[in-house]
Amino acid sequence: MSDYADDSILVLVDVMPSGELAKSAAGLLGAAAGVGTPVALIVTEAGKGSAAARAAASLGARNVLTVESEGGTQALTVPIVDALGGAVERVRPDAVLISNSIEGRDAAGRFAARTRSALCVDAVGVTRDDEGVVAHHSVYGGSYNVESASTWGAPVITVRQGAISDRAEAVEEPVVEALAVTPSDRRAARIDAFAEAADESTRPELRGASKVVSGGRGLGSQEQFVLVEKLADALGAAVGASRAAVDAGYVPQTAQVGQTGVSVSPQLYIALGISGAIQHRAGMQTAKAIVAINKDPEAPIFDIADFGVVGDLFEVVPQLISAIEARRS
Amino acid sequence: MKIIVLVKEVPDTYGDRKLSLETGLADRSAGDVVLDEIGERATEVALSYADAHPDTEVIVLCMGPAGAVGTVRKGLAMGAAQGVHIVDDDLLGADLGLTAEVLAAAASRIGFDLVITGNVSTDGGGGVIPAMIAELLNVPHATALVSVEISEQAVTGERTTDGGSMSVSADLPAVISITERMPDGRFPNFKGIMAAKKKPLETLSLADLGVDPDSSASRSIMISVAEKPPRAAGVRITDEGDAGEKIADFLAQNRLL
Repeated sequence: MSDYADDSILVLVDVMPSGELAKSAAGLLGAAAGVGTPVALIVTEAGKGSAAARAAASLGARNVLTVESEGGTQALTVPIVDALGGAVERVRPDAVLISNSIEGRDAAGRFAARTRSALCVDAVGVTRDDEGVVAHHSVYGGSYNVESASTWGAPVITVRQGAISDRAEAVEEPVVEALAVTPSDRRAARIDAFAEAADESTRPELRGASKVVSGGRGLGSQEQFVLVEKLADALGAAVGASRAAVDAGYVPQTAQVGQTGVSVSPQLYIALGISGAIQHRAGMQTAKAIVAINKDPEAPIFDIADFGVVGDLFEVVPQLISAIEARRS
Repeated sequence: MKIIVLVKEVPDTYGDRKLSLETGLADRSAGDVVLDEIGERATEVALSYADAHPDTEVIVLCMGPAGAVGTVRKGLAMGAAQGVHIVDDDLLGADLGLTAEVLAAAASRIGFDLVITGNVSTDGGGGVIPAMIAELLNVPHATALVSVEISEQAVTGERTTDGGSMSVSADLPAVISITERMPDGRFPNFKGIMAAKKKPLETLSLADLGVDPDSSASRSIMISVAEKPPRAAGVRITDEGDAGEKIADFLAQNRLL
Protein backbone atom coordinates (compact mmCIF):
# COMPACT_ATOMS: atom_id res chain seq x y z
CA MET A 1 0.00 0.00 0.00
CA SER A 2 1.64 3.22 -1.08
CA ASP A 3 -0.47 5.98 0.41
CA TYR A 4 2.66 8.03 0.86
CA ALA A 5 5.04 9.29 -1.82
CA ASP A 6 8.39 7.52 -2.18
CA ASP A 7 10.19 10.76 -1.47
CA SER A 8 8.19 11.59 1.67
CA ILE A 9 9.84 13.78 4.29
CA LEU A 10 8.24 13.45 7.71
CA VAL A 11 8.03 16.75 9.60
CA LEU A 12 7.26 16.80 13.30
CA VAL A 13 5.40 20.07 13.76
CA ASP A 14 5.62 21.56 17.25
CA VAL A 15 2.13 22.45 18.46
CA MET A 16 1.50 24.94 21.28
CA PRO A 17 -0.86 23.85 24.07
CA SER A 18 -3.35 26.32 22.56
CA GLY A 19 -3.39 24.16 19.42
CA GLU A 20 -1.57 26.73 17.32
CA LEU A 21 1.42 25.60 15.30
CA ALA A 22 4.82 26.80 16.48
CA LYS A 23 6.48 29.44 14.30
CA SER A 24 9.11 26.88 13.25
CA ALA A 25 6.48 24.96 11.21
CA ALA A 26 6.73 27.12 8.08
CA GLY A 27 10.51 26.71 7.77
CA LEU A 28 10.40 22.97 8.45
CA LEU A 29 7.74 22.36 5.81
CA GLY A 30 9.55 24.72 3.45
CA ALA A 31 12.77 22.73 3.89
CA ALA A 32 10.90 19.44 3.41
CA ALA A 33 9.28 20.65 0.19
CA GLY A 34 12.74 21.37 -1.20
CA VAL A 35 13.85 17.73 -0.91
CA GLY A 36 10.64 15.71 -1.19
CA THR A 37 6.96 15.49 -0.34
CA PRO A 38 6.19 17.08 3.03
CA VAL A 39 4.20 14.91 5.43
CA ALA A 40 3.37 16.61 8.74
CA LEU A 41 2.94 14.79 12.03
CA ILE A 42 0.82 16.63 14.55
CA VAL A 43 0.41 15.57 18.17
CA THR A 44 -2.28 17.57 19.96
CA GLU A 45 -4.83 17.45 22.70
CA ALA A 46 -8.13 15.83 21.73
CA GLY A 47 -10.23 17.98 19.41
CA LYS A 48 -7.42 20.20 18.18
CA GLY A 49 -6.01 17.95 15.44
CA SER A 50 -8.06 18.99 12.44
CA ALA A 51 -7.51 22.73 12.84
CA ALA A 52 -3.79 22.09 13.25
CA ALA A 53 -3.83 19.82 10.18
CA ARG A 54 -5.39 22.62 8.09
CA ALA A 55 -2.75 25.02 9.34
CA ALA A 56 0.02 22.56 8.39
CA ALA A 57 -1.46 22.11 4.91
CA SER A 58 -1.53 25.87 4.42
CA LEU A 59 2.22 25.77 5.03
CA GLY A 60 2.77 23.02 2.48
CA ALA A 61 2.01 19.64 4.08
CA ARG A 62 0.72 17.30 1.37
CA ASN A 63 -0.26 14.69 3.94
CA VAL A 64 -0.97 15.16 7.63
CA LEU A 65 -0.93 12.49 10.31
CA THR A 66 -2.76 13.52 13.45
CA VAL A 67 -2.45 11.99 16.89
CA GLU A 68 -4.87 13.28 19.51
CA SER A 69 -4.08 12.36 23.09
CA GLU A 70 -6.99 11.33 25.29
CA GLY A 71 -7.65 13.80 28.06
CA GLY A 72 -4.42 15.65 27.38
CA THR A 73 -1.40 13.61 28.28
CA GLN A 74 0.87 15.00 30.95
CA ALA A 75 3.86 12.83 30.06
CA LEU A 76 6.85 14.77 28.74
CA THR A 77 8.13 13.98 25.20
CA VAL A 78 7.59 10.20 25.27
CA PRO A 79 4.09 10.29 23.67
CA ILE A 80 5.52 12.39 20.83
CA VAL A 81 8.33 9.89 20.31
CA ASP A 82 5.81 7.04 20.27
CA ALA A 83 3.83 8.95 17.62
CA LEU A 84 7.00 9.48 15.57
CA GLY A 85 7.63 5.74 15.69
CA GLY A 86 4.15 4.99 14.36
CA ALA A 87 4.40 7.68 11.70
CA VAL A 88 7.78 6.52 10.40
CA GLU A 89 6.50 2.97 10.13
CA ARG A 90 3.47 4.20 8.18
CA VAL A 91 5.19 6.73 5.91
CA ARG A 92 8.69 5.23 5.41
CA PRO A 93 10.15 8.70 4.87
CA ASP A 94 13.56 9.58 3.40
CA ALA A 95 14.26 11.88 6.36
CA VAL A 96 12.62 13.14 9.54
CA LEU A 97 12.78 16.90 10.16
CA ILE A 98 12.28 18.26 13.66
CA SER A 99 12.65 21.78 15.03
CA ASN A 100 15.87 22.40 16.96
CA SER A 101 13.74 23.71 19.84
CA ILE A 102 13.99 22.33 23.37
CA GLU A 103 11.00 20.03 22.83
CA GLY A 104 12.18 19.16 19.33
CA ARG A 105 15.67 18.21 20.45
CA ASP A 106 14.30 15.98 23.20
CA ALA A 107 11.97 14.20 20.78
CA ALA A 108 14.70 13.85 18.14
CA GLY A 109 17.22 12.53 20.66
CA ARG A 110 14.87 9.95 22.10
CA PHE A 111 13.59 8.87 18.70
CA ALA A 112 17.07 8.51 17.18
CA ALA A 113 18.31 6.57 20.22
CA ARG A 114 15.26 4.29 20.15
CA THR A 115 15.49 3.49 16.44
CA ARG A 116 19.31 3.70 16.19
CA SER A 117 18.90 6.30 13.47
CA ALA A 118 21.58 8.76 12.44
CA LEU A 119 21.00 12.13 14.09
CA CYS A 120 22.13 15.39 12.44
CA VAL A 121 21.58 18.42 14.66
CA ASP A 122 21.07 22.15 14.19
CA ALA A 123 20.91 22.10 10.39
CA VAL A 124 20.63 25.42 8.59
CA GLY A 125 19.58 23.75 5.34
CA VAL A 126 18.83 20.39 3.73
CA THR A 127 19.52 19.15 0.22
CA ARG A 128 19.32 15.82 -1.54
CA ASP A 129 22.04 13.96 -3.42
CA ASP A 130 22.13 10.49 -5.03
CA GLU A 131 22.46 8.81 -1.66
CA GLY A 132 19.79 10.65 0.26
CA VAL A 133 19.11 13.75 2.30
CA VAL A 134 22.10 15.85 3.36
CA ALA A 135 22.07 18.25 6.31
CA HIS A 136 24.02 21.52 6.18
CA HIS A 137 25.41 22.99 9.35
CA SER A 138 27.09 26.24 10.32
CA VAL A 139 29.41 25.48 13.24
CA TYR A 140 31.71 27.26 15.68
CA GLY A 141 29.67 30.42 15.46
CA GLY A 142 29.44 30.35 11.69
CA SER A 143 33.18 29.93 11.09
CA TYR A 144 32.77 26.61 9.28
CA ASN A 145 30.25 25.04 6.92
CA VAL A 146 29.78 21.32 7.44
CA GLU A 147 27.61 18.79 5.62
CA SER A 148 26.46 15.56 7.23
CA ALA A 149 24.45 12.52 6.20
CA SER A 150 23.52 9.08 7.49
CA THR A 151 25.50 5.91 6.74
CA TRP A 152 22.19 4.26 5.83
CA GLY A 153 18.49 4.80 6.42
CA ALA A 154 16.52 7.98 6.97
CA PRO A 155 18.41 10.58 9.02
CA VAL A 156 16.72 12.45 11.85
CA ILE A 157 17.57 16.13 11.35
CA THR A 158 16.91 18.98 13.75
CA VAL A 159 16.60 22.30 11.94
CA ARG A 160 17.72 25.62 13.44
CA GLN A 161 14.77 27.93 14.02
CA GLY A 162 14.63 30.86 11.65
CA ALA A 163 17.39 29.45 9.42
CA ILE A 164 15.17 28.37 6.53
CA SER A 165 13.65 31.16 4.46
CA ASP A 166 12.13 28.87 1.79
CA ARG A 167 8.37 28.47 2.07
CA ALA A 168 6.26 25.73 0.52
CA GLU A 169 3.10 26.43 -1.46
CA ALA A 170 -0.15 25.95 0.40
CA VAL A 171 -1.87 22.62 -0.20
CA GLU A 172 -5.61 23.03 -0.80
CA GLU A 173 -6.71 19.49 -0.19
CA PRO A 174 -4.32 17.64 2.08
CA VAL A 175 -4.76 13.96 2.86
CA VAL A 176 -5.34 13.76 6.60
CA GLU A 177 -5.06 10.49 8.48
CA ALA A 178 -5.67 9.90 12.18
CA LEU A 179 -2.78 7.74 13.32
CA ALA A 180 -3.32 5.10 15.99
CA VAL A 181 -0.28 4.90 18.23
CA THR A 182 0.74 2.06 20.49
CA PRO A 183 2.17 3.61 23.66
CA SER A 184 5.70 2.44 24.44
CA ASP A 185 5.30 2.75 28.21
CA ARG A 186 8.79 4.19 28.44
CA ARG A 187 9.21 6.10 31.69
CA ALA A 188 8.60 9.82 31.30
CA ALA A 189 8.68 12.96 33.39
CA ARG A 190 5.33 14.57 34.24
CA ILE A 191 4.25 18.04 33.18
CA ASP A 192 2.75 19.46 36.38
CA ALA A 193 1.94 22.92 35.08
CA PHE A 194 2.41 25.02 31.99
CA ALA A 195 2.16 28.78 31.63
CA GLU A 196 2.21 30.08 28.10
CA ALA A 197 4.66 32.93 27.63
CA ALA A 198 2.83 36.21 27.44
CA ASP A 199 3.73 37.75 24.11
CA GLU A 200 3.01 41.41 24.74
CA SER A 201 5.68 42.82 22.51
CA THR A 202 4.78 44.04 19.07
CA ARG A 203 8.43 43.81 18.05
CA PRO A 204 9.61 40.97 15.83
CA GLU A 205 10.89 37.88 17.56
CA LEU A 206 14.68 37.86 17.92
CA ARG A 207 15.13 34.38 16.48
CA GLY A 208 14.66 34.65 12.74
CA ALA A 209 14.34 38.47 12.70
CA SER A 210 15.56 40.22 9.55
CA LYS A 211 16.89 43.20 11.51
CA VAL A 212 18.33 43.19 15.01
CA VAL A 213 19.46 46.06 17.22
CA SER A 214 21.50 44.90 20.21
CA GLY A 215 22.81 46.75 23.22
CA GLY A 216 25.72 46.02 25.53
CA ARG A 217 27.23 47.24 28.74
CA GLY A 218 27.88 50.59 27.05
CA LEU A 219 24.21 51.45 27.58
CA GLY A 220 25.05 51.89 31.25
CA SER A 221 21.68 51.16 32.84
CA GLN A 222 18.30 49.56 32.38
CA GLU A 223 16.73 53.02 31.92
CA GLN A 224 19.19 53.97 29.20
CA PHE A 225 18.72 50.63 27.41
CA VAL A 226 15.43 52.13 26.15
CA LEU A 227 17.56 53.80 23.47
CA VAL A 228 18.17 50.37 21.94
CA GLU A 229 14.42 49.75 21.86
CA LYS A 230 13.75 53.13 20.27
CA LEU A 231 16.20 52.46 17.43
CA ALA A 232 14.78 48.95 17.01
CA ASP A 233 11.26 50.38 16.72
CA ALA A 234 12.39 52.99 14.20
CA LEU A 235 13.80 50.17 12.03
CA GLY A 236 11.14 47.55 12.76
CA ALA A 237 13.90 45.43 14.27
CA ALA A 238 14.07 42.89 17.09
CA VAL A 239 15.92 43.78 20.30
CA GLY A 240 18.99 41.82 21.35
CA ALA A 241 21.70 42.19 23.94
CA SER A 242 25.17 41.03 24.87
CA ARG A 243 25.69 38.75 27.83
CA ALA A 244 27.21 41.69 29.71
CA ALA A 245 23.96 43.64 29.37
CA VAL A 246 21.94 40.60 30.45
CA ASP A 247 24.19 39.95 33.44
CA ALA A 248 23.92 43.62 34.40
CA GLY A 249 20.14 43.21 34.44
CA TYR A 250 19.34 45.70 31.66
CA VAL A 251 17.29 43.11 29.73
CA PRO A 252 15.94 39.57 30.23
CA GLN A 253 18.11 36.60 29.28
CA THR A 254 15.80 35.79 26.36
CA ALA A 255 17.34 38.77 24.54
CA GLN A 256 20.89 37.42 24.76
CA VAL A 257 22.66 37.01 21.43
CA GLY A 258 25.72 34.80 21.25
CA GLN A 259 27.33 31.51 22.02
CA THR A 260 25.04 30.72 24.92
CA GLY A 261 22.05 32.75 23.81
CA VAL A 262 20.23 33.07 20.52
CA SER A 263 22.12 32.81 17.22
CA VAL A 264 20.86 35.26 14.62
CA SER A 265 21.59 35.73 10.90
CA PRO A 266 19.68 38.91 10.05
CA GLN A 267 20.02 41.19 7.03
CA LEU A 268 21.12 43.97 9.40
CA TYR A 269 22.71 43.77 12.83
CA ILE A 270 23.37 46.97 14.77
CA ALA A 271 25.61 46.63 17.84
CA LEU A 272 25.39 49.50 20.32
CA GLY A 273 28.00 49.70 23.08
CA ILE A 274 28.99 46.07 22.52
CA SER A 275 32.71 45.34 22.57
CA GLY A 276 32.29 42.16 20.53
CA ALA A 277 33.72 39.32 22.61
CA ILE A 278 34.14 36.10 20.65
CA GLN A 279 31.12 34.61 22.42
CA HIS A 280 28.93 37.43 21.18
CA ARG A 281 30.33 37.38 17.66
CA ALA A 282 29.65 33.66 17.46
CA GLY A 283 25.94 34.42 17.61
CA MET A 284 25.77 37.22 15.04
CA GLN A 285 28.72 37.23 12.64
CA THR A 286 26.72 35.57 9.88
CA ALA A 287 24.59 38.74 9.61
CA LYS A 288 24.58 40.21 6.10
CA ALA A 289 25.46 43.75 7.25
CA ILE A 290 26.88 44.76 10.63
CA VAL A 291 26.88 48.31 11.99
CA ALA A 292 28.67 49.05 15.26
CA ILE A 293 28.83 52.10 17.49
CA ASN A 294 31.34 52.06 20.33
CA LYS A 295 33.41 54.68 22.09
CA ASP A 296 36.41 52.36 22.28
CA PRO A 297 38.28 52.38 18.94
CA GLU A 298 39.97 49.11 19.93
CA ALA A 299 36.67 47.20 20.40
CA PRO A 300 36.89 43.88 18.49
CA ILE A 301 33.38 44.41 17.11
CA PHE A 302 34.97 46.85 14.61
CA ASP A 303 36.97 43.98 13.07
CA ILE A 304 33.78 42.51 11.64
CA ALA A 305 31.64 45.65 11.20
CA ASP A 306 30.77 46.78 7.70
CA PHE A 307 30.19 50.25 9.07
CA GLY A 308 31.78 51.24 12.37
CA VAL A 309 31.43 54.47 14.28
CA VAL A 310 33.81 55.39 17.07
CA GLY A 311 31.70 57.72 19.15
CA ASP A 312 29.21 58.28 21.94
CA LEU A 313 26.14 56.19 21.23
CA PHE A 314 24.00 58.59 23.29
CA GLU A 315 24.72 61.25 20.68
CA VAL A 316 24.87 59.14 17.54
CA VAL A 317 21.76 56.99 18.07
CA PRO A 318 19.24 59.84 18.63
CA GLN A 319 20.59 61.51 15.48
CA LEU A 320 20.30 58.21 13.60
CA ILE A 321 16.69 57.78 14.76
CA SER A 322 15.75 61.29 13.53
CA ALA A 323 17.58 60.65 10.25
CA ILE A 324 15.63 57.42 9.73
CA GLU A 325 12.35 59.16 10.53
CA ALA A 326 13.20 62.07 8.22
CA ARG A 327 13.89 59.69 5.33
CA ARG A 328 10.69 57.78 5.95
CA SER A 329 8.46 60.86 5.85
CA MET B 1 21.95 9.17 46.64
CA LYS B 2 24.31 8.54 43.77
CA ILE B 3 24.61 11.39 41.27
CA ILE B 4 26.55 11.16 38.00
CA VAL B 5 27.51 14.45 36.38
CA LEU B 6 28.48 14.45 32.72
CA VAL B 7 31.40 16.76 31.97
CA LYS B 8 32.97 17.54 28.63
CA GLU B 9 36.25 18.96 27.51
CA VAL B 10 35.71 21.69 24.91
CA PRO B 11 37.83 24.25 23.06
CA ASP B 12 37.91 27.46 25.07
CA THR B 13 35.54 29.95 23.46
CA TYR B 14 37.88 32.77 24.52
CA GLY B 15 40.29 31.63 21.81
CA ASP B 16 39.99 30.73 18.16
CA ARG B 17 38.32 27.39 17.62
CA LYS B 18 39.41 25.34 14.63
CA LEU B 19 38.12 22.34 12.77
CA SER B 20 40.69 20.25 10.92
CA LEU B 21 39.85 20.63 7.24
CA GLU B 22 41.28 17.14 6.60
CA THR B 23 39.39 15.13 9.18
CA GLY B 24 36.56 17.49 10.07
CA LEU B 25 37.37 16.92 13.73
CA ALA B 26 37.99 19.57 16.36
CA ASP B 27 41.61 20.66 16.24
CA ARG B 28 42.50 20.39 19.90
CA SER B 29 45.97 21.80 19.40
CA ALA B 30 44.60 25.10 18.03
CA GLY B 31 43.83 26.61 21.41
CA ASP B 32 43.18 25.91 25.05
CA VAL B 33 40.74 23.23 26.11
CA VAL B 34 38.62 23.60 29.24
CA LEU B 35 35.87 21.89 31.20
CA ASP B 36 32.73 23.25 29.54
CA GLU B 37 31.25 25.93 31.77
CA ILE B 38 27.80 24.36 31.66
CA GLY B 39 29.38 21.14 33.00
CA GLU B 40 30.77 23.13 35.91
CA ARG B 41 27.26 24.38 36.64
CA ALA B 42 25.92 20.81 36.46
CA THR B 43 28.64 19.73 38.89
CA GLU B 44 27.65 22.59 41.18
CA VAL B 45 24.03 21.38 41.27
CA ALA B 46 25.22 17.95 42.42
CA LEU B 47 27.73 19.32 44.92
CA SER B 48 25.32 21.74 46.53
CA TYR B 49 22.89 18.84 47.08
CA ALA B 50 25.77 16.77 48.48
CA ASP B 51 26.71 19.65 50.84
CA ALA B 52 23.25 19.42 52.41
CA HIS B 53 23.02 15.61 52.21
CA PRO B 54 26.32 14.05 53.29
CA ASP B 55 25.34 10.53 52.22
CA THR B 56 25.46 11.68 48.59
CA GLU B 57 28.09 10.39 46.21
CA VAL B 58 28.95 12.59 43.23
CA ILE B 59 30.72 10.97 40.27
CA VAL B 60 31.98 12.97 37.30
CA LEU B 61 31.83 11.06 34.02
CA CYS B 62 33.69 12.17 30.91
CA MET B 63 34.17 10.70 27.45
CA GLY B 64 37.15 12.19 25.67
CA PRO B 65 40.74 11.70 24.56
CA ALA B 66 43.48 10.88 27.07
CA GLY B 67 44.20 14.57 27.60
CA ALA B 68 40.66 15.15 28.86
CA VAL B 69 41.68 13.64 32.18
CA GLY B 70 42.35 17.24 33.26
CA THR B 71 38.64 17.93 32.91
CA VAL B 72 37.81 14.96 35.15
CA ARG B 73 40.38 16.14 37.70
CA LYS B 74 38.82 19.59 37.73
CA GLY B 75 35.49 17.98 38.67
CA LEU B 76 37.25 16.08 41.45
CA ALA B 77 38.97 19.26 42.64
CA MET B 78 35.57 21.00 42.78
CA GLY B 79 34.44 18.26 45.15
CA ALA B 80 33.21 15.17 43.28
CA ALA B 81 34.15 11.95 45.06
CA GLN B 82 35.05 9.86 42.06
CA GLY B 83 35.90 10.27 38.38
CA VAL B 84 35.29 8.01 35.43
CA HIS B 85 37.00 8.72 32.13
CA ILE B 86 36.09 6.82 28.96
CA VAL B 87 39.00 6.76 26.53
CA ASP B 88 39.20 4.72 23.36
CA ASP B 89 40.79 5.36 19.97
CA ASP B 90 37.65 4.01 18.33
CA LEU B 91 35.72 6.92 19.83
CA LEU B 92 37.60 9.47 17.74
CA GLY B 93 34.91 11.26 15.74
CA ALA B 94 32.07 9.37 17.49
CA ASP B 95 28.65 10.62 16.40
CA LEU B 96 25.82 11.46 18.78
CA GLY B 97 24.37 7.94 18.64
CA LEU B 98 27.62 6.24 19.64
CA THR B 99 28.35 8.90 22.27
CA ALA B 100 24.94 8.38 23.88
CA GLU B 101 25.36 4.62 23.79
CA VAL B 102 28.74 4.83 25.51
CA LEU B 103 27.60 7.30 28.17
CA ALA B 104 24.46 5.26 28.90
CA ALA B 105 26.52 2.07 29.20
CA ALA B 106 28.89 3.81 31.61
CA ALA B 107 26.02 5.22 33.68
CA SER B 108 24.49 1.74 33.96
CA ARG B 109 27.80 0.28 35.03
CA ILE B 110 28.41 2.95 37.67
CA GLY B 111 24.80 2.90 38.87
CA PHE B 112 22.88 6.12 39.61
CA ASP B 113 19.83 7.76 41.09
CA LEU B 114 20.28 10.92 39.06
CA VAL B 115 22.32 11.96 36.02
CA ILE B 116 22.92 15.71 35.67
CA THR B 117 24.20 17.27 32.45
CA GLY B 118 24.43 20.69 30.87
CA ASN B 119 21.68 21.42 28.35
CA VAL B 120 23.96 22.24 25.42
CA SER B 121 27.73 22.07 25.03
CA THR B 122 29.54 25.11 23.68
CA ASP B 123 31.26 23.16 20.91
CA GLY B 124 28.91 20.59 19.36
CA GLY B 125 25.84 22.44 20.55
CA GLY B 126 23.61 19.45 19.86
CA GLY B 127 21.65 19.47 23.09
CA VAL B 128 20.30 15.98 22.43
CA ILE B 129 22.51 13.73 24.57
CA PRO B 130 20.41 14.01 27.78
CA ALA B 131 17.23 12.78 26.05
CA MET B 132 19.17 10.10 24.16
CA ILE B 133 20.72 8.56 27.25
CA ALA B 134 17.39 8.76 29.11
CA GLU B 135 15.82 6.75 26.30
CA LEU B 136 18.62 4.17 26.30
CA LEU B 137 18.46 3.85 30.10
CA ASN B 138 14.64 3.81 30.11
CA VAL B 139 14.41 6.59 32.68
CA PRO B 140 12.53 9.91 32.53
CA HIS B 141 14.30 13.05 31.36
CA ALA B 142 13.67 16.61 32.44
CA THR B 143 15.76 18.94 30.28
CA ALA B 144 16.65 22.62 30.18
CA LEU B 145 15.86 23.17 33.85
CA VAL B 146 16.27 26.68 35.24
CA SER B 147 15.59 25.48 38.78
CA VAL B 148 16.13 22.08 40.37
CA GLU B 149 14.73 20.49 43.53
CA ILE B 150 16.10 17.05 44.36
CA SER B 151 14.44 14.76 46.90
CA GLU B 152 15.06 11.14 47.82
CA GLN B 153 12.40 9.91 45.39
CA ALA B 154 12.08 12.53 42.71
CA VAL B 155 13.46 15.58 40.97
CA THR B 156 11.35 18.59 40.09
CA GLY B 157 12.10 21.82 38.30
CA GLU B 158 11.07 24.63 36.01
CA ARG B 159 11.98 24.69 32.36
CA THR B 160 11.61 27.54 29.92
CA THR B 161 10.58 26.24 26.55
CA ASP B 162 9.84 28.22 23.43
CA GLY B 163 6.14 28.31 24.22
CA GLY B 164 6.31 29.21 27.87
CA SER B 165 7.29 28.02 31.29
CA MET B 166 6.72 24.45 32.43
CA SER B 167 6.94 22.73 35.82
CA VAL B 168 8.04 19.12 35.52
CA SER B 169 8.74 16.28 37.90
CA ALA B 170 10.34 12.89 37.44
CA ASP B 171 10.67 9.87 39.69
CA LEU B 172 14.23 8.73 40.28
CA PRO B 173 16.27 7.34 38.68
CA ALA B 174 16.20 10.12 36.08
CA VAL B 175 18.30 12.28 33.75
CA ILE B 176 18.14 16.06 33.97
CA SER B 177 19.87 18.84 32.09
CA ILE B 178 20.34 22.35 33.41
CA THR B 179 20.79 25.71 31.71
CA GLU B 180 23.20 28.53 32.37
CA ARG B 181 20.58 30.20 34.56
CA MET B 182 21.80 27.81 37.28
CA PRO B 183 24.60 29.14 39.52
CA ASP B 184 28.27 29.20 38.47
CA GLY B 185 30.46 26.29 39.47
CA ARG B 186 32.59 26.76 42.60
CA PHE B 187 36.30 27.41 42.21
CA PRO B 188 38.46 24.49 43.33
CA ASN B 189 40.55 25.63 46.29
CA PHE B 190 44.07 24.43 47.05
CA LYS B 191 42.80 21.78 49.46
CA GLY B 192 40.39 20.51 46.82
CA ILE B 193 43.12 20.32 44.19
CA MET B 194 45.40 18.37 46.54
CA ALA B 195 42.59 16.05 47.64
CA ALA B 196 41.66 15.38 44.01
CA LYS B 197 44.98 13.64 43.46
CA LYS B 198 44.01 10.93 45.92
CA LYS B 199 40.44 10.41 44.70
CA PRO B 200 39.59 7.33 42.64
CA LEU B 201 39.72 7.93 38.89
CA GLU B 202 38.76 5.00 36.72
CA THR B 203 39.56 4.75 33.01
CA LEU B 204 37.22 2.67 30.85
CA SER B 205 37.46 1.46 27.26
CA LEU B 206 34.71 0.46 24.82
CA ALA B 207 35.51 -3.19 25.60
CA ASP B 208 35.02 -2.55 29.32
CA LEU B 209 31.59 -1.13 28.52
CA GLY B 210 30.67 -3.82 26.01
CA VAL B 211 29.91 -1.24 23.31
CA ASP B 212 30.65 -2.12 19.69
CA PRO B 213 31.37 1.00 17.63
CA ASP B 214 30.75 -0.92 14.41
CA SER B 215 27.28 -2.13 15.37
CA SER B 216 24.43 -2.07 12.89
CA ALA B 217 23.16 1.32 14.07
CA SER B 218 23.01 4.03 11.40
CA ARG B 219 25.63 6.70 12.04
CA SER B 220 25.77 10.37 11.19
CA ILE B 221 28.88 11.14 9.16
CA MET B 222 30.45 14.40 8.11
CA ILE B 223 30.71 14.49 4.33
CA SER B 224 32.34 17.88 3.87
CA VAL B 225 33.85 20.68 5.89
CA ALA B 226 34.88 24.12 4.70
CA GLU B 227 36.12 27.21 6.46
CA LYS B 228 34.27 30.40 5.76
CA PRO B 229 36.49 33.32 4.83
CA PRO B 230 36.86 35.56 7.86
CA ARG B 231 34.69 38.62 7.81
CA ALA B 232 36.62 41.70 6.82
CA ALA B 233 36.20 45.05 8.50
CA GLY B 234 34.50 47.69 6.35
CA VAL B 235 34.38 51.43 6.81
CA ARG B 236 35.20 52.90 10.20
CA ILE B 237 34.69 56.56 11.04
CA THR B 238 35.08 58.65 14.14
CA ASP B 239 32.00 60.65 15.03
CA GLU B 240 32.32 64.31 14.11
CA GLY B 241 28.76 65.18 14.97
CA ASP B 242 27.22 63.64 11.85
CA ALA B 243 27.73 59.90 12.37
CA GLY B 244 24.00 59.28 12.80
CA GLU B 245 23.36 60.78 9.37
CA LYS B 246 26.20 58.76 7.90
CA ILE B 247 24.82 55.51 9.27
CA ALA B 248 21.43 56.40 7.81
CA ASP B 249 23.17 56.96 4.42
CA PHE B 250 24.86 53.56 4.71
CA LEU B 251 21.55 51.88 5.52
CA ALA B 252 19.79 53.64 2.66
CA GLN B 253 22.52 52.70 0.15
CA ASN B 254 22.17 49.07 1.19
CA ARG B 255 18.36 49.19 1.11
CA LEU B 256 18.15 48.45 4.79
CA LEU B 257 15.75 51.22 5.72
